[in-house]
Amino acid sequence: MSLIVRRIKDGTVIDHIEAGEALRVLKILDLDLSGENIVAVVMNVESRKMGRKDIVKVEGVELTPEQVNKIALISPRATINIVRNYQVVEKRNVRIPDRVDGIIRCSNPTCITNHPRESIRAVFLKVSEDPLILRCYYCGNEMGRKEIVEQLSR
Amino acid sequence: MKDVISIEDVSRNELEDLFSLADEMRDRRADDLKGKIMASAFFEPSTRTRLSFESAMKRLGGEVIGFSSSEGTSIDKGESFSDTIRMLDCYSDVIVVRHRYEGAARRAAEIAEAPVINAGDGRRNHPTQAMLDLYTIWRKFGCIDGLTIGVLGDLKYGRAANSFILGVSKYKVRLKLISPPLLRIRPEVRSKIGVDFEETSNLEEVLPELDVLYVTRIQKERFSDPSEYEKVKGSYRITASMLRKAKEDLVVMHPLPRVGEIDVSVDATKHALYFEQAANGVPVRMALLKVVLGVV
Repeated sequence: MSLIVRRIKDGTVIDHIEAGEALRVLKILDLDLSGENIVAVVMNVESRKMGRKDIVKVEGVELTPEQVNKIALISPRATINIVRNYQVVEKRNVRIPDRVDGIIRCSNPTCITNHPRESIRAVFLKVSEDPLILRCYYCGNEMGRKEIVEQLSR
Repeated sequence: MKDVISIEDVSRNELEDLFSLADEMRDRRADDLKGKIMASAFFEPSTRTRLSFESAMKRLGGEVIGFSSSEGTSIDKGESFSDTIRMLDCYSDVIVVRHRYEGAARRAAEIAEAPVINAGDGRRNHPTQAMLDLYTIWRKFGCIDGLTIGVLGDLKYGRAANSFILGVSKYKVRLKLISPPLLRIRPEVRSKIGVDFEETSNLEEVLPELDVLYVTRIQKERFSDPSEYEKVKGSYRITASMLRKAKEDLVVMHPLPRVGEIDVSVDATKHALYFEQAANGVPVRMALLKVVLGVV
């Protein structure tokens, strides 16, 4: 495969994102893009392992496990490469965190987090990873992958 | 035990300690909680729960402040739930909260320094109802293990039924969950039941096996779709003649209010336990107030 986007000197490469999910991954990461850091998004490239995949490269930022683990909600096969001086110094798989804080809203309309006068971040606790089930910390409502992905797509 | 949010958070040992303490509280008038103030924050209507909490506090020499609806309070002026709880936390030693939104009590517990007791949040939890239900069975049979227990009615939206099912699952019981197919328990409750259970729509079929029949109201106010309510209202009605097929010592329970699920003809039978069950709300809540306030 020819090089579509140049290698980064320092930063994070998120590889093996499900094809078509890169922009959602960026949205979930909620990166501060006001500085000089370069973000490259490569979509729908060939992959031996996955057929097609997306890649996100973030120059100058080493994402923490807490940040990247959120990605697992929509792209559980993603891998994270931490790059220093053009060398991959750390490689890891994403893992859905035990506590998912402020990324998704509870789908129960009468959850206290959806009360129009309250400003409460929805918090979910992981019940299982496969199948993905998250339980609202406040109301106990459970959400599965389909519902979570649908919400993150809006 | 500091906050009481869900019956799931309470262990079997804690329940049984509470039952023993509740036995000591029967007909007790004392000053155990003198100088303590209970905030009774009922954002949703209540008769038995609110009054039995207030009675429990007063029987132990404590004081009660609060409201029984949001009318005439700052909530009416647009104050948030969280701010109301912050204020009550400054004014009281324990907060008893009921709210239409699920998770409200957990939110209150996050904000308040004082212990928070959930007196019912939306369609999810009603832990103190489950405590008094289990206490009633414990007193009647001497133990809960080994019993066959039927739970009838709205198992999907009813918070009393949900909490009772999760509470009684802490014991070695056989459960019969009887409801119209539309009102079966939700998956997140089903996954937490730790005992054998059977789901059915046919009460008559399982009635002869039961030691306890726990009846619940199909609550119109919990349905977001009124047409769904119309399909299931009046699905079951227990009558005295129907109970002829039951075991001699079957007990019929109900968290009340009833609106037709139990015919008044049942009241005079030896099976009716629901008024005694309602009365047990006072000693159980006396015991609970003492526990959360650390006066035991």
